[in-house]
Formats: sequence, structure tokens, C-alpha cells
Amino acid sequence: MKIITRLLPHPVLSPTLTVLWLLLVNSITPGQIFLGLFLGWVIPLLTLRFWPEAVNIHRPFALLRYIGMLLLDIILANFTVARLILGDPDRLKPVFIELPIILTSDLAISLLANSITLTPGTVSARLSDDRRYLLVHALNETDPNALIAAIKDRYERPLQEIFEQC
Amino acid sequence: MLEYFLSFLILTGAALTFIGSLGLLRLKDFYMRLHGPTKATTLGVGSLLIASAIFFSSRDAGISLHEILITLFLFITAPVSAHLLAKAALHLNLRSFAKMPIKSIKEKEGASNGTIGTQILEDNPSSSNTHAPKKSVQP
Repeated sequence: MKIITRLLPHPVLSPTLTVLWLLLVNSITPGQIFLGLFLGWVIPLLTLRFWPEAVNIHRPFALLRYIGMLLLDIILANFTVARLILGDPDRLKPVFIELPIILTSDLAISLLANSITLTPGTVSARLSDDRRYLLVHALNETDPNALIAAIKDRYERPLQEIFEQC
Repeated sequence: MLEYFLSFLILTGAALTFIGSLGLLRLKDFYMRLHGPTKATTLGVGSLLIASAIFFSSRDAGISLHEILITLFLFITAPVSAHLLAKAALHLNLRSFAKMPIKSIKEKEGASNGTIGTQILEDNPSSSNTHAPKKSVQP
């Protein structure tokens, strides 16, 4: 078991790299698949120092559902922001909110911050030094508490289920 | 038929990208201007790329998937750059129409002897201001 984790330190990263390689060369010949597998094996070994914590995906299907939901939200976000930009800029009520976060792993927090930035009217601005609050700038928000509840319910809980065992 | 669909995608993409850029002109402070390029532009470029993928898949033999990669990397990098810009702006105390939360201001004053670099991936939870390098976990 130990020798396996040593030879294959990132079981999630390796197949991802293989798929990325196949997309990059745009062909699925046996030679390319072999090269992709080789790259997926060697690159994690060479970059071990840059990956301080192993990535654990506890529920892969929940991850797929999360990605689908995020894509829908991104499309909606674009039209929301487009409408806000074309409307009267003087009527916008920008606000900073502090979002208390319960996630602890680096990857989950960065994914949460990315999701917040990609979705309607919010940009994540700063992670507090104790990693317990994320400062979020909202373009037009009258009810900060509702926004916090929405973000926690929609993004943080699925991320916690996926990356951190509850 | 396909041409109409592709033209629709391209026109939508161009319009969204334009609106996103227009946001830079119309919105009032730095933080608000960040919203335009991170969102409207993402979907704009996204639909341009989908149009490109469909066009080259239908014209040549085989399917063209490079565009999916571009979209993926765009979705990963756009929020990161927005986050860093926002962070730099907070550090420089840029004028903002939104009220700053008191807690963050206090924390920022406390950390003012440090530098900007408290990035998500490099933060050390125990000693956040000291820029301690992450311990290597090589076996």
C-alpha cells in the first residue's frame, strides 16, 4: 500500500492529466493514450512539492452535479450582470459582506472563492488571515444575510460534502 | 441551419463581451468594475469558443475539443486574477462606494506591516502573517 502511494501520490491528478493531454492533442490513438498515461504518472511525481495536500473526492457524482449547477449559474450570472451594467449605475447598491466559512482544505476554499466570483453579482475579495471569513463584494445587494445564506446553502455545503468528509 | 445557430452564438458572444467591457466604463468604483470582465466576458468568450468547436467539428473529420480546454482554463484563471486584483485594491485602500466591514479593516491594519501576498493556496493557518514557507511533504 505504501509503495503504491509513493509511486502514485495523486490518484485524482493523474487521470485528469491524462484526459487533459488527450484533449490537447485531439486524438485517441493507442500511442497518445500511452503517452498520456505516462505523463499522468510522471508529472505528479516531479511536482510533488507543489501539492502539499492530497486531493480526496469523497463523492464524485456530487462533484459532477456541482459542476453542472455551476455552469447554469454562470450563464444566469452573465445575464444578471449584463442587465445591471446596462441599467442605471447610480442605482446600484454595492456592498462588502463577510462570509463565514466552515471549509478547511485549501482546494475547497479556492473552489468556493472561484464559484463565488463566477456567479451572480459577487466577487470574492479576500480571505481573512485566520481563514474563517471570506470577504465578498456584491455588485447590487440589499439583503446581505440572504446572500450569505444562499452562498452557504448553494456552494459551500456541496463542496464540503465532496471534499471533506462530514 | 447550422450557420444560423453559429451566427447566433457568435453574435451573443460578441454582445456579452461588449457589455462586459462597457461595464468598465459605466460602473463607478474599482470593485464594481471588476464584475464586468469576470462575468459577462466569461460567457461571451465561452459562446464564441462553443461556436468555434461546432464549426470545426462539422467542417473537418473528427471533433475539435481544444476549445473546451480553453474554456476550462478561462473559468479557472478569470476568478483568480479578479481575486488578486480585489486583494491588491483592498491593500491600497482604494476608494469604494460599498462600506467596508469593520472587522476586515481592523484586521488589515493589524497586517499592514506584511505584504500583499496572502494568497489562498499559500496561506499558513497557524502563522498567517509571517509568510512561512509551506513544509514539504516529500516522503
